[in-house]
Amino acid sequence: MLKNRIIPCLDVKNGRVVKGINFVDLKDAGDPVEQAKIYSDGGADEICFLDITASNENRDTIYDVVERTSKKCFVPLTVGGGVRSIDDINKLLNCGADKVSINTAAVENPKVVLDSSKKFGSQCIVVAIDAKKKGDKWEVFTHGGRNNSGIDALEYAKKMEDSGAGELLVTSMDRDGTQIGYDVDLMNKIASKVNIPLIASGGVGNLDHLVDGIKLGNASAVLAASIFHYGKHSVREAKEYLDSKGIPVRI
Amino acid sequence: MKVTIVDYNSGNISSVINSFKEVAKNKVNIEVTSDLGKIKLSDKLVLPGQGSFKSCVDALNKIGGLSETLNEFAINNKKPLLGICVGLQMFADVGYEETETKGLGWIPGKVSKINNQKGKYKLPHIGWNQINIVKDSKIFKNIENNSHMYFVHSYEFIPNDKNVISATTDYSSHIVCSVEKENIFGTQFHPEKSDKIGLKIIDNFINL
Repeated sequence: MLKNRIIPCLDVKNGRVVKGINFVDLKDAGDPVEQAKIYSDGGADEICFLDITASNENRDTIYDVVERTSKKCFVPLTVGGGVRSIDDINKLLNCGADKVSINTAAVENPKVVLDSSKKFGSQCIVVAIDAKKKGDKWEVFTHGGRNNSGIDALEYAKKMEDSGAGELLVTSMDRDGTQIGYDVDLMNKIASKVNIPLIASGGVGNLDHLVDGIKLGNASAVLAASIFHYGKHSVREAKEYLDSKGIPVRI
Repeated sequence: MKVTIVDYNSGNISSVINSFKEVAKNKVNIEVTSDLGKIKLSDKLVLPGQGSFKSCVDALNKIGGLSETLNEFAINNKKPLLGICVGLQMFADVGYEETETKGLGWIPGKVSKINNQKGKYKLPHIGWNQINIVKDSKIFKNIENNSHMYFVHSYEFIPNDKNVISATTDYSSHIVCSVEKENIFGTQFHPEKSDKIGLKIIDNFINL
């Protein structure tokens, strides 16, 4: 039986781990390579690096982080943030990333998703969707949540599937950093709309939120940052908790 | 002992390289090349493969003499070869991803899209799934039945002769996830991404 995945995410800036509250007010907290190794030893099903300020700053540091991590962690590694071109994707994959998540570039130029999935295979192309609720709909935001594209998130999700995305990483901008739980309504609506796996993100504050993301949000995988990063829970605790709630996990 | 990872521009192989180097330490020489002379002189070959069946076959055929060299290595000389993911799928006669494409034809059979049962099963099949070991395979030494392996694929290998199947995994049906035919080994899952248990499979292959 296919297991639901738990994916700890590390926000990385200038080669160091940070975790922001609503993408601002960053706290420095360690070496991403060491942190990733702790996660993979602890049973993380994948590791995700998000180079959060990559769109604006020199991002060569991430390549070094990815290269060093991939020599120590033997579970899938997804890297996102500032990925704009086939060339960026190629470089990250060559450094040892297994998947690359594309956010702003996919909105501005959906052909990047089409071309990259053809070139590298859908299995390594994750499209990251930052969505914010507006009335009874959700709109797609870009540039780390700063710009509203006005595009409907559900329609966009379907379009990205058709363009060759292998997975969708859906973050609720309303919930990110709040620790009040995923926007399970958003997750469920997108998961029902597409036939590719959905990774839920944004808002996890406790282990029940992970359960909700899978049971109510219909996510194939749940991503969280701060609950793991600040030592509130270990990945193993999270898995044991999900298991106790009848969710299939790899233990 | 020299183990060669065949680099034929089949997509991202850095994880395969990293994992083999990790397991080999400095005891076994891990080479990454498409040089036919070096491939011929190897003791074992690893044939990775990412992307579509067609893109991998096309990439392989682009390197003049490579498929003949692989054939000589695995079929004539019967030296050990491990195919990973599309590397395994290419053992088949034919694949149907993108368009009908001829495979290496080492293990008669076809590669078809997994039946998603009208959307009941999401594709790609991504994540950790358990393997049901149905036959003793040398690469499964000290690997427990029902171990978790990391998968990412939408197509499955359906061999004609079921005796080559060494493990299956349950996703929509009993998907073939490992084969062994004499000196030819293949895994649909990614041992290089399957944590310590995956590295153990790589270790078993290196120590055949």
